[in-house]
Amino acid sequence: MPLTVNATANEAANNGIAIEFDRVSFSLNGRRLLENLSLTVSQGETLVLLGRSGSGKTTTLKLINGLLMPVAGEVRIGGRSSANWDPIRLRRSVGYVIQDGGLFPHFTVERNIGLVPRVEGWEGARIEARVRELLGLVGLDVELASRYPRELSGGQRQRVGVARALAADPPILILDEAFSALDPITRSEMQKEFHQLQQRMRKAVVFVTHDLREAVRLADRIVLMESGRAVVNLPSEEFSRSEHPLVRAYREAFSEPTETATKKKTRESP
Amino acid sequence: MNFLHFMSANRQQIIELTLEHIQLAGVSTLIAALAGIPLGIVITRIPALSKLIIGGANVIQTIPSLALFGFLIPAPWIGERASRLAILALALYGLLPLIRNTYAGIRGVDPAVVEAGRAMGLTDRQLLFQVELPLASGVIVAGVRIAAVLSIGLATIAAAIGAGGLGEFIFRGLAMVSNQVILAGAVPAALLALAADLLLGLLERRLNSFWLKA
Repeated sequence: MPLTVNATANEAANNGIAIEFDRVSFSLNGRRLLENLSLTVSQGETLVLLGRSGSGKTTTLKLINGLLMPVAGEVRIGGRSSANWDPIRLRRSVGYVIQDGGLFPHFTVERNIGLVPRVEGWEGARIEARVRELLGLVGLDVELASRYPRELSGGQRQRVGVARALAADPPILILDEAFSALDPITRSEMQKEFHQLQQRMRKAVVFVTHDLREAVRLADRIVLMESGRAVVNLPSEEFSRSEHPLVRAYREAFSEPTETATKKKTRESP
Repeated sequence: MNFLHFMSANRQQIIELTLEHIQLAGVSTLIAALAGIPLGIVITRIPALSKLIIGGANVIQTIPSLALFGFLIPAPWIGERASRLAILALALYGLLPLIRNTYAGIRGVDPAVVEAGRAMGLTDRQLLFQVELPLASGVIVAGVRIAAVLSIGLATIAAAIGAGGLGEFIFRGLAMVSNQVILAGAVPAALLALAADLLLGLLERRLNSFWLKA
C-alpha cells in the first residue's frame, strides 16, 4: 500500500501508538550502544529521552527515522517495522530537528523550510503558502523568508529548523538537543513556545536532552537513559518525585549550587 | 620597441594562433571536467576505487608531455589529427586536479548538513545535486582553474606535433634563435593563463563566499 505522509498520520492515529521499540538492541563496530530497549510513544505524546552524552539517546532517534537499523528487536513506526518501510518515505514522515538547526547554508529560509514539500512534488504556490504559515507558527517574520541561515540569530535558525521539520506535516517529530546551543533566555522561550505548539499539533514527539529542567518542562513521559539502557521510564510528574538514585543524582546536579551549599550547612550544623 | 613592432606586424597570425590556443585549452579543460568531476563523485560513493583512480591520474601527471603526445600518435582516430591528439593529452593532464578537487570538495561538506539532508528523506541523487555539489562547487571550480592554467601552459608544447596554437611561435623562435618570435608566442600564452586564473579565481571566491559562510 503506497503511504503518503497523511495516510501514515491517520493510520497511526487509529491505533494510537506512533512509535514502538520492542526489545531493541543496536551495536556498532562491536560496541553495544543500545541494549534491549522497549518504549512506546502515542500520538500526541511528548517523550523526553534524558541522559548524558553517550547514553544512547541520539542512537535511539536515528533508529526511529531509519538512519540506523536495530541489530535485534524491532522498531515499529505507525505499526510497521522500520525494516519494512521505504527509508525515504519513513524519513519524510518523521520531522527531524537538530542542534543549531542544521540548516542548509546555501538555501534561503524559504527553500530550507520548503525542501521536503518540494521533493515531494508540491506545486510552487502551495509550498509558498505553507512556508508563510510555518513562519507564523514558529513566530518568525515573513520577511525572513529570503534570508540565508548565516544572516539569522541562533534562535531564529532554531525556529527555522522546527518549521522545516514540520513542513510536510509529519505525524512524528524528533528533536536532538534542539535547543541546547541557545542562550538561556532564548532557550526558555523556545521551550515554552514549543510546548504550546505541541498542545495544538498533537504530534508524537521524541525529544532528546541532557537538561533535566527542559525534560520536566516539555515531557509527558521521561525516559532516563544510561549506557544504552532505559533505566527509568515514568510520567513526567512521577519522574520528578522518583527516588531512583540516578534521578536523584540528576536533581542534585540541576539544583542551584548556592541552595545546595546552604542545605549542606544546615544539615551538618545540628 | 622591436618586439612591439614585430607583434603588430604579425597581429593577424597572433590572433589566429591565440584563438587556436584557446580552443585547444578550452576544449581539453571541458573534457577533463566532464570526465573528472563524475569520476570524483564516483570515488566519494565507492571509496575503494579512490586509490586506484587518483593513483591512475597521478601516474598520467608524471608522464612528460612530449612523451604522452608520442604515446597517443598510434591511437586510432585520435592519432589522425594533431589537434585531436593534443586535446586528448591535455584533457588527461587536467583529470588529476578535477578528480582530486571534486573528491575533496564533497568530502569537505559539513557532515552535519549531509546528515540533516539524509534525515529529511533526500534520495542519494537529491543529496548530491542539491546539497553536496553546490556546497563543493567552490573547491571544484578551484580544480577547473588549476586544470585550465595547466592546459594553457602545456598547449604550447602541442605545436611540436603540429597541433597549432601559440607554441608555433615558440618553436619557430627556438629554431630561428629569435627572442622576439619566442616572446610573440610566450607573452600571449602567459596572458591567457593569467586571465583564466583571474576569472576562475573570481568565480571560485564568489561561490565560496556564497555557499560556505555559515
